[in-house]
Amino acid sequence: MQRHLISAADLTRDDAVLILDTAEEMARVADRPIKKLPTLRGRTVVNLFFEDSTRTRISFEAAEKRLSADVINFTAKGSSVSKGESLKDTAQTLEAMGVDAVVIRHGASGAPYRLANSGWIDAAVINAGDGTHQHPTQALLDAFTMRRRLVGRDAGLGQDLDGRRITIVGDVLHSRVARSNVDLLHTLGAEVTLVAPPTLVPVGVETWPCEVSYDLDSTLPKSDAVMMLRVQRERMNAAFFPTEREYSRRYGLDGERMAKMPEHAIVMHPGPMVRGMEITAEVADSERCTAIEQVANGVSIRMAVLYLLLGGNEPAASHTRTEEK
Amino acid sequence: MDRQQDTQASDARPVLEGPDIARVLTRIAHEIVERAKGADDVVLLGIPTRGVFLAQRLAAKLEEITERKMPVGSLDITMYRDDLRMHPPRALARTEIPGDGIDGRLVILVDDVLFSGRTIRAALDALNDIGRPRAVQLAVLVDRGHRELPIRADYVGKNIPTSLRETVKVQLAEEDGRDTVLLGAKQTSQ
Repeated sequence: MQRHLISAADLTRDDAVLILDTAEEMARVADRPIKKLPTLRGRTVVNLFFEDSTRTRISFEAAEKRLSADVINFTAKGSSVSKGESLKDTAQTLEAMGVDAVVIRHGASGAPYRLANSGWIDAAVINAGDGTHQHPTQALLDAFTMRRRLVGRDAGLGQDLDGRRITIVGDVLHSRVARSNVDLLHTLGAEVTLVAPPTLVPVGVETWPCEVSYDLDSTLPKSDAVMMLRVQRERMNAAFFPTEREYSRRYGLDGERMAKMPEHAIVMHPGPMVRGMEITAEVADSERCTAIEQVANGVSIRMAVLYLLLGGNEPAASHTRTEEK
Repeated sequence: MDRQQDTQASDARPVLEGPDIARVLTRIAHEIVERAKGADDVVLLGIPTRGVFLAQRLAAKLEEITERKMPVGSLDITMYRDDLRMHPPRALARTEIPGDGIDGRLVILVDDVLFSGRTIRAALDALNDIGRPRAVQLAVLVDRGHRELPIRADYVGKNIPTSLRETVKVQLAEEDGRDTVLLGAKQTSQ
């Protein structure tokens, strides 16, 4: 594994499966009365959030604390960033404080890459979402949820998602979740289909390792998992579809559409859900919707990533266990 | 630290063979029943990888003796090691605690080789986070000496005095296809 986690595309199949397997063990810690491991004792992790986020930040913080790391939370609002401090100055301040890892969310695509490769800081960098680019831990937790539901909790160990058909629906253009998922699911052997209005399909999508369709109804019956994306109105600076109702009618998931999916198929949503627009309350509250499970799995995945990047003197290289007494 | 995998089969000689291992486990099972006065509240926890198989075998023998189902699980100690930062992180193995937990029970940790004692220290820490046993005992197939911590085993299959230049490798049918304990010379990698 590399020293940083910037993009889901950087992960090999073996790396990704190792993270999923490790997360499976981490999930067991959550079932214990004492949900804490001493693994990262004495290590300092900074959560550097230049963009609003509740669930990702809390999820990372929970993961860090469960591994006994010292956690520093930094939000751009009310910090020196609003006084005009640059990313470089912030990084150098953190470096001077001797942090071991930086979890960064930034509105600009590429900010985590810059932080990891500029030489400003020696810490491991974990991308917690950058612009419309990548959100690798989200892709990992989605893959983890799929593997648990589609392959099985114990049967899934060591397995990938070979041959599973995943449909990602909605605002692909603005979605780092979609981008990261396409990369990772392809690495794990799944067949991915993107379904979106033509205006919300990014330029250059033909180079992505996936299919593109504009028709949700014909895709549903052959999907093992359907991932609904949030329509990111805050990133939309133009009219991408006529009305919300029109969007909802063609690309929203309601009970009737869900009935077209195979019985074992699951509905996923990275959250936050806009009920009534991309997903109806009926679907969101159904047993097939894994949105809440995804949140719980997020903590396990982030514990696994932190352990594999920071737990040893170098990132985990392979699956091998050396026997030491 | 002894990297057991350094041992090459060619220069290693067996010190325990399959039937010896079976005999040794039978003896340990009887010792457990005797010391635990019937082994009513015993929980066996194997330390991955081979400790788990040994724990399962011991449980089977205890079930024969006591005619009662014996709770058996596994305890991965990777996250509790004190040398985590000296190596790349290792893949985690399974921790499986029997349904009734370990609170108030007599937990017997089972491992293949007892060497520095650091694995057992880590296991005691791990147990602390899982519950509060009435008592903890340790059963090992081989004690090779060279303790770095004040830890000793309650049940020992065989004491094998070794030098630090030697390695002890336990092979079990479940993992390696045969039962044997090999004593070999450490490979010098440089």
